[in-house]
Amino acid sequence: METTPSIRVKDLTRQYGALTAIHKVNFTVNPGEVVGFLGPNGAGKSTTMRILSGIMSATSGSAWVGGICVAQNPHEVKRKIGYMPENNPLPNDMRVVEYLRFRSRLKEVPGHKLRATVQEAMEICDLARTARRKIIGTLSKGFRQRVGIADALLGDPEIIIMDEPTIGLDPHQIQGIRKLIDNLRGKHTVILSSHILPEIERSCDRVIIINRGRIVAAGTSTELREEFLPSNRFSIIIEGSDNAVAARLTSCGIDATILESTPITENRSELNLRVENKDGLGPQLIQLLSNQREFILHSLAPREPNLEEIFLAATKRSWEETIETKPKISA
Amino acid sequence: MLFISPPTYIAAVLFLCLMGFLYWAILRGMVNTPSETLPTVQFFSVFWIPVFFVVPLLTMRSIAGERSIGTLDTLMTTPASRVAVILSKFAGAYLFYMLLWVLTIGFPLVTEKLYPHASESGALLEVEPLVGSFLFLATSGLLFISIGIFASSVTRSQLVAGMLTFTTLFVVIIGGQQLGNLADAGGDLSTWAVATVNYLQIFEHLDDFSRGIIDTRPFFYYASITFLLLGLSTLVIESKA
Repeated sequence: METTPSIRVKDLTRQYGALTAIHKVNFTVNPGEVVGFLGPNGAGKSTTMRILSGIMSATSGSAWVGGICVAQNPHEVKRKIGYMPENNPLPNDMRVVEYLRFRSRLKEVPGHKLRATVQEAMEICDLARTARRKIIGTLSKGFRQRVGIADALLGDPEIIIMDEPTIGLDPHQIQGIRKLIDNLRGKHTVILSSHILPEIERSCDRVIIINRGRIVAAGTSTELREEFLPSNRFSIIIEGSDNAVAARLTSCGIDATILESTPITENRSELNLRVENKDGLGPQLIQLLSNQREFILHSLAPREPNLEEIFLAATKRSWEETIETKPKISA
Repeated sequence: MLFISPPTYIAAVLFLCLMGFLYWAILRGMVNTPSETLPTVQFFSVFWIPVFFVVPLLTMRSIAGERSIGTLDTLMTTPASRVAVILSKFAGAYLFYMLLWVLTIGFPLVTEKLYPHASESGALLEVEPLVGSFLFLATSGLLFISIGIFASSVTRSQLVAGMLTFTTLFVVIIGGQQLGNLADAGGDLSTWAVATVNYLQIFEHLDDFSRGIIDTRPFFYYASITFLLLGLSTLVIESKA
């Protein structure tokens, strides 16, 4: 039996006057998946998330959340979604527990479950012991962020949408939030946007890269690597001249480019090598570069392109593709 | 949000101080120059003074404040409908406004307690004008608070919302009176125009109510405009969320 996707978006377009924030966006998210939204500022991430959560309507196109059309039945869609907006707005005068109780009531949590629901959300976000009775205005950024996430979890929504959940957090807190997202995997469908690329890479099953209102790439990070940066990369440390390495590789018929050379000590340097051939090059390279008179090979390690490079490659390609068309930038 | 924020209570204290002072001033005036009208009636005839500052203070934060800090967005993602949001904002501000007026009954009660001989004539706590005046405050309060809620829904700045509320209240309360004066001075207005102007006279309504004349027309005036403004506010937050 085919399962209904948690989120399905078809040709979604949103215009602000003459500006097109998103243009014919299409994607699907399956139940239990953790999907990351990546994109430069103003790419249309927040707009897409706002449309999905029913705050804003689309100019054209459709979105289904849990099989329900957002435009036709926004009320029902809101029951299925826990949304944490960008900048995580919170009322500063309320206490954490009061705020979460208030939000649970708004989210139609029945009276007899209220206490348990709030307690559970606070425990998941590690607020129960430390910040339960604190006034939100006095909390640190990390705690505020956790209150926002606890709010999104209230009422056990099917889908959790978080706009920049790790913004402004220190590495410990980021790790905490990553663990939290790992705990949600499988139980909830999670969509999150972030600028911190390693963050997305570690937490998400799948990545959607959006630029200038269009989806420029989508898939797992391995798929994206193959699509955008198909060549192999190696990081090698040598003692000797870079040119000698390049000459040796060319003479052996290997199509390689030295992308970057960073001196480590006086005569040692680290080279970043791109090799166009496919798989199984490691042993061959070690063999070719060993026992040379011009240089000494100290180490060789395959280098996986990180999401940052993929992101740059994908957004660059989309800029090149749209450069001819009328500029369409988002809000 | 209204009941947990300090500005609400500051407005309440200011209101009670000012009204206490006005009541005291009225009583003093009566001691010096005996008057026909009851102190209660005189007291409620200056209702517009606190309305001008309490209503903006109570309503300006309601939606504009939430919009400016962004909590309106989180509110909009809950299953609560737009109508429910507006009505609950309205109900909160309205009930607090009425509570403040109810607290002013404390003034004659305190006077009676401190000066038992003053109450012998029964002039301090005469029931009919009290009931009439409260009925007037309750119905006119609907309109005043809904003006505030509407002003707050169209902007994201609390300051703009406050100024808009103040100006509109000024036009509605004082403007009606001025129109009435014009009509009196002109004298040649056709009857329907006079009727229309009278219909909009908030001070006339107060006079009627405090004398115990309960007319249905003011009820209709206040209730219909309240519905209109709250309906418009709902549409505004629907499109400007």
